[in-house]
Amino acid sequence: MSKKLAIIATKGTLDWAYPPFILASTAASLGYEVAIFFTFYGLALLKKDLSELRVTPLANPAMPMPIPMPVLVQALPGMEAMATAMMKQKIAKKGVASIEELRNLCRELEVRFIACQMTIDLFDMNPNDFIDGIELGGAATYFEFAGEADINLFI
Amino acid sequence: MHFDQELDARGLNCPLPIVKTKKTLAGMSSGQVLKVIATDPGSVKDMEAFAKQTGNQLLQSGQEGNAFVFFLKKS
Repeated sequence: MSKKLAIIATKGTLDWAYPPFILASTAASLGYEVAIFFTFYGLALLKKDLSELRVTPLANPAMPMPIPMPVLVQALPGMEAMATAMMKQKIAKKGVASIEELRNLCRELEVRFIACQMTIDLFDMNPNDFIDGIELGGAATYFEFAGEADINLFI
Repeated sequence: MHFDQELDARGLNCPLPIVKTKKTLAGMSSGQVLKVIATDPGSVKDMEAFAKQTGNQLLQSGQEGNAFVFFLKKS
């Protein structure tokens, strides 16, 4: 029987979108059965349109910046857009896959995507904004899979 | 070394060389050999780990210029 990996994805920024999809696609390539439970801001990773994913230099002191930048400058309008553009450039230059590409690879490798119903209700999200083929469920749905999983990750 | 199929993963970064290797092997038959060329230095360790966990045998792992070359035999 194949090993199982369960991931809870809670973050909705461009940088933190990577770990769940990288680990899920790799595990699936190694023969794992994989399910990702998307909750709270992690649901942003299931949107059809991923262009809204951003990265912020604010409260992110480890983020490499071309020049040292005081926090008050980082808070100025446009700084987030600039950081996001910089990050996307770096991603393309270094041969790192886009989030959309990694998400598609996960789908091809039959990774299950479960969206948290409670979060959708809480934030009045429109299910039509999400990609096709996702499951809706709650904590019990997560545990049904996670209880049998060899690895459980909270990201 | 003889090989049946080649995968050019040059310029691709983690996890793409591994995921594409898996996808390519899925379309091959048991006993066939896949040659993978990659430039990601992380792929050297990763390909060993992939082979160990999937049962596909890593016949050879080496370097050609600035690229890493692997020969995998499909299980």
